[in-house]
Amino acid sequence: MKPMPLNWKIGGPLLGIVFFLAVLLAKPIGVSTQFVVLDAILWNLQQPDAGIVTQTAEGFTSTNAYLAKSGGALADEAGNPLTYPVVFVLAMMVGAFLSSLIRSTVPKGERNVPAMYRANTGGFWPLRWVLAFAGGVLVLYGARLAGGCTSGHMMSGMMQTSVSGYVFAFGAFLTAFPTAMMLLKKEG
Amino acid sequence: MTMTLVIAGLLGAAFGAMLDRIGATNPNWIAKMLTLTDTNLMKTILVAIGTASILIFAGQIYGLVDVGHMSVKAVHVGVLLGGAILGFGWAIAGYCPGTGLCGLAVGRIDALFFVAGGLVGAAGFMITYPFWDSIGFLNGEKWTLGAIPGADYPAAIPALQGDLAGIVMGAAFILIAILLPRRIVGRKAARAAAAEAAKAAPAE
Repeated sequence: MKPMPLNWKIGGPLLGIVFFLAVLLAKPIGVSTQFVVLDAILWNLQQPDAGIVTQTAEGFTSTNAYLAKSGGALADEAGNPLTYPVVFVLAMMVGAFLSSLIRSTVPKGERNVPAMYRANTGGFWPLRWVLAFAGGVLVLYGARLAGGCTSGHMMSGMMQTSVSGYVFAFGAFLTAFPTAMMLLKKEG
Repeated sequence: MTMTLVIAGLLGAAFGAMLDRIGATNPNWIAKMLTLTDTNLMKTILVAIGTASILIFAGQIYGLVDVGHMSVKAVHVGVLLGGAILGFGWAIAGYCPGTGLCGLAVGRIDALFFVAGGLVGAAGFMITYPFWDSIGFLNGEKWTLGAIPGADYPAAIPALQGDLAGIVMGAAFILIAILLPRRIVGRKAARAAAAEAAKAAPAE
C-alpha cells in the first residue's frame, strides 16, 4: 500500500485551500461534464453530418437534446473546447502526472490491478479491466443523471451548503459502503 | 480570456497534484475508505470541505469573495438516484471521474479502462436524457441550507442566515474529521495482528 499519502491534518487544509481558491478566482470545481464534452467532440468527428455540434449565429447547438439544452451550453464547449472547464481538467491530469514524477503513488506491480482488488477479485488483469470499465460506465452515467460527481456535488456542493450536495453524498455512500464491504472483504 | 485560461491551468494542476498526494488517485485508499478500514482519505475530504466552506463564507461576509462565483446545483430525484448508481461504480472501480483521469495520468492502466467506460456511460446519458427529463426526474430547485445574502438561491430554511450556516457547517465537518476514528471496521483483528507481530519480532 506504500507510499503513504499525506496525513489528513496536512492534506485536508491544502485540498480545502485549492477548492476555496477555485471559488475565489473562478467557480467551484467539477469534472464529470467534461466526459460529455469529449464524447460530443468524438461523436462529431465520427459522424460529421449528424449535427452533433452545429454552429449557429449565436454559438453552437446540437441535434442531441442533452447537448442542446440551456441554449446549447454543452454544444458550445464541444464546438470551442479552449474554455475554462476543459483546460481545468487537462491541467488536472498534468498536475497529477507532475506529482507522480516527484514521488510516484503507484507501487510496482500495481499498474494493472491495485492490491486491495488483487486480494479480493484476483490478479487476472482482464477481469480488473472489465470491472474498472463497468465501474466507469456506472459512475459517469450516475454523475450525469445527478448533475455532478464527487467533486462537483459532494465537495463543491456541500462546501456551499447546497442541499443537492448532501442528497448526492447520501445516495453515493448508501450504495458505495455496502458494495465495498461485500466486494472488498480482504485487506490486501 | 487568456487570464481565465491561465487560472484554469494553475487551479487544475494544483487540484490534480493534491488528488495524487492525498492518495485519491490510488484505488486502494478509496477501497480502505469505503470499507472503513482506514479513514485518512475520508478525514482529508471532510477537512477540505470544512476549510473551504469556512473560507468561502467568511470571505463573503468580509466582502473578499464574490457571491456571484457560487454555483449551486438543483435538487431533484436524479441527484439521489444518480448518486446511488455512481456509488456502485465507485466501489467496484475505486475511481470517480476526477481521480480516474488522474489515475490514468499517473500511469495506472486500469484507470484507462475506467475512463473508457466513463465515456460510454456519459454517452449513454446523452442518449437517454429525454426519458429522465420527461418523467420529471431532473426538475428541482437550487436550494441552499439558509438564505445567502446577495445570492438568489431559495433557502431550505428561510429563517437561517446562509453565510453563518456555512461557517457552522464547515466547523462541523472539521469536528467530525477530528472525532472520526482512523479505523472503524476490523479494529479487533488489526490489534490482534499487531500483537502477533510484536510477539514474533523479538524471536528473530
